[in-house]
Amino acid sequence: MHGIVKRFPGVIANAGVDFDLLPGEVHALLGENGAGKTTLMNVLYGLYRPDAGEIWLRGRRVAFSSPREAIGQGLGMVHQHFMLVKPFTVAENIVLGQRSPREPLAHDMRQTHRYLRSLSGQYGLAIDPAAPVWTLSVGEQQRVEILKALYRGAEVLILDEPTAVLTPQEVDDLLAILRRLAGEGKAIVFISHKLGEVLGVSDRITVLRDGKVVETLPAQAADEHGLARRMVGREVLLRVSKGPAQPGEVRLAVQNLSAVNDRGLPALRGVSLEVRTGEILGIAGVAGNGQTELEEVITGLRRATSGTVTICGHTATNRSPTAIGALGLAHIPSDRYAMGMLRYFTIAENLVLQRVGQAPFTQRGWLRKDIIRQEAQRLTAAFDVRTPSVENPARTLSGGNAQKMILARELARQPKVLLAAQPTRGLDVSAIEYVHRTLIAQRDSGVAILLISTELDEILALSDRIAVMYEGQIVGVMDGPGADIHQIGLMMAGSKRSSL
Amino acid sequence: MTQATIESLAHDARKPLPGWAAHIAAPVVGGLIGLGIGVFLIVIAGADPLAAYAVMFQGAFGGARQIQETILKTAPLLIMGLGLSVAFRARVWNIGGEGQYYMGALVGGAIGLAFPGWPSPLLIPAMLVGGAAGGLLWALIAGLMKVRRGVSEIISTLMLNYIAILFVQYMARGPLQEPGGYLPESAQLVAAARLPTFFGTRIHLGVLIALVLIPLVFALIWSTPLGFRLRAVGERASVARYAGIQVERMILFALAFSGALAGLAGIIEVSTLHTRLKGEISGGYGFSGILVALLGRMHPLGVTVAALFFAALTIGAQSMHVVYGLPDALANAIQAIVVLSVLAVDALAHRR
Ligand SMILES: Nc1ncnc2c1ncn2[C@@H]1O[C@H](COP(=O)(O)OP(=O)(O)OP(=O)(O)O)[C@@H](O)[C@H]1O
Ligand SMILES: [Mg+2]
Repeated sequence: MHGIVKRFPGVIANAGVDFDLLPGEVHALLGENGAGKTTLMNVLYGLYRPDAGEIWLRGRRVAFSSPREAIGQGLGMVHQHFMLVKPFTVAENIVLGQRSPREPLAHDMRQTHRYLRSLSGQYGLAIDPAAPVWTLSVGEQQRVEILKALYRGAEVLILDEPTAVLTPQEVDDLLAILRRLAGEGKAIVFISHKLGEVLGVSDRITVLRDGKVVETLPAQAADEHGLARRMVGREVLLRVSKGPAQPGEVRLAVQNLSAVNDRGLPALRGVSLEVRTGEILGIAGVAGNGQTELEEVITGLRRATSGTVTICGHTATNRSPTAIGALGLAHIPSDRYAMGMLRYFTIAENLVLQRVGQAPFTQRGWLRKDIIRQEAQRLTAAFDVRTPSVENPARTLSGGNAQKMILARELARQPKVLLAAQPTRGLDVSAIEYVHRTLIAQRDSGVAILLISTELDEILALSDRIAVMYEGQIVGVMDGPGADIHQIGLMMAGSKRSSL
Repeated sequence: MTQATIESLAHDARKPLPGWAAHIAAPVVGGLIGLGIGVFLIVIAGADPLAAYAVMFQGAFGGARQIQETILKTAPLLIMGLGLSVAFRARVWNIGGEGQYYMGALVGGAIGLAFPGWPSPLLIPAMLVGGAAGGLLWALIAGLMKVRRGVSEIISTLMLNYIAILFVQYMARGPLQEPGGYLPESAQLVAAARLPTFFGTRIHLGVLIALVLIPLVFALIWSTPLGFRLRAVGERASVARYAGIQVERMILFALAFSGALAGLAGIIEVSTLHTRLKGEISGGYGFSGILVALLGRMHPLGVTVAALFFAALTIGAQSMHVVYGLPDALANAIQAIVVLSVLAVDALAHRR
């Protein structure tokens, strides 16, 4: 790719980017939120037409006008957010839009299932081809996307933050797969904010900042701090410091909570926990062990089959999200697209989503757009949400900026209890630093924070106490400072219980 | 129309427009292509296409009388289209405008027949409110079926159409039939039950109501928290629910509102044009209303243009039929082709 320029109204997402990709290499693309990584790859994949610049593929100049053409030329892309049809099964999603000789009358699903099983076995992407996609966790849906690209025989594989949603074990597996694919001569673009992964898997690294290439360097010549500095343009703290917690009264109490998942199977089996004002309780665990269900039950999006949730002394079990919000709970959802934001609404509208009907945003029955805009401008400035205008649709935000928008909105509600699920998913190093600081500041100002994260580093960095979840139960609780990583790892894998 | 097509049309409609040029150019180009295809049909039917189109234009806009006719035809389409735009923005696919129109006509008409002695300032509002209520309640049946039992509103509103139309036909032939009359029609409404007209023309109160509704619906969609919530439900119900919006209530409102406006259109037409209840009082407004809403991109101004366009096409086609003796079916076919090509070009223009 030579001199790629892509403009959007008010922003230059790519300002003359040169990028080359060799067969057999893993090429990492690094950069801050909004640096233009996704845009560059969307240009390559035929989703956007560049305003200037050339794309060459195997010695030929190409200009894809649609992803279909790109796929035909051996490109595959796994997007930052998933492009799956929820009611369809895994296999149906994968063959969707594919032609087979027997179509349209009969696509041989059995053969597809068999092939997918072997493919997923081969790469360790454990997934049931017959499962409807809506029953899958975020992490599992990600695997489907990867499988889909592999199934279509991609020679060039673009992965936009594939690891953001995977468990550490899955990440290791994926990185191994990527190496194996590269070994077979495939070319891989790997976008990630996790410097460790990038250093571990890639051959070369290109760093973007403000739509321009800062540098392309071999991975051996790089280290974490140097990369962070190149991305951000200043020194970054990779781990924030925090003082000891000053826990007070219990704000969130969960007792003996049970619930079933979308398939009707038990997902929570008698979970009990307490979060006090001024402390952060971190829930560690491998994705899919009931964290999503716990999040949904507490926020009123899923019914508890038994047990209670109490917020600030009021019972919140099986009440509506509005009622629970009124008790003082704010929520940073793990699935920001399904729950957190309206992509076609403006950023300003998204920022007042729950508060829109209240004063001062509604007065005498009318929306006060001027006041909504002011509030949005205040919040985007305070939380560094980068956008040319708060009147732009939220879908124009880069992934990390969308996450910051949600964070801004939830904290603007001045919660008493904050449920933060995967709060830094998809954020760049400096944004993570910022969010971590913010969460700690919230804690210090007396908010009770329940942090659900599959990112063990994040749990360790933030939590005052750590609870480990495994198969719908809390299998251990320990103090955060000085916690034994090895022991937590064993508990996450289900092989050890601590006496509480 | 399948749910998928409706949804994809509606999806396109929610995208911000790539600029005013595309906004206006696409429908114009689409319309021209449609008329171009129509040329072949007219030639096959053995007439001179240019002359036929001239007649068509003359018929819709050629003089004060013609313009009046077109405006009168626009009013019910506009009222229905505005109501449906609100529903469609919430992704509530009310296909039952026709039935709601009939039930509005029935309730409002029955009030007019029942109280012939009331003075006009009392009777007219009572009929209008009754008409709106009739449509509202009829749509609410589908709404309750949806929120209580999860029945698709597409199917229920469609089925309720048949029930409503047949019920009105029964009433016109049975309980409400003109005493001593032979035709399956009610007695004629008294003069006090007719909407007042203005400036010695046939332009009536219903046209005024339609005009007033344009800014009202605009304000509802864009300037009230209710409209905000409706749009949120339409964009993504899971997010709306997460944000504490009562999705079921919004669905009920969307059906009630569109039903009420459909019912209003029904009673307006009965009070002004038909002046009595009978089996055939609509001319398919319930269905054209859907196209008007979608063609107008569910935006009050777009809907206004679409309603006017649709009305002109209908009136113009009629005079082509009358003047040239071209078959009625041909005029209808041209009308349908034009609408299809506008929709097609519009959809193409709003890709990516
Ligand atoms: N469709 C769009 N319309 C308008 N602006 C856009 C659009 N897509 C992206 N942008 C803008 O272009 C810039 C680059 O966005 P991009 O999504 O490429 O960032 P990114 O590097 O992938 O960031 P992240 O790490 O947060 O995913 C951002 O300022 C973003 O707001
Ligand atoms: Mg991105």
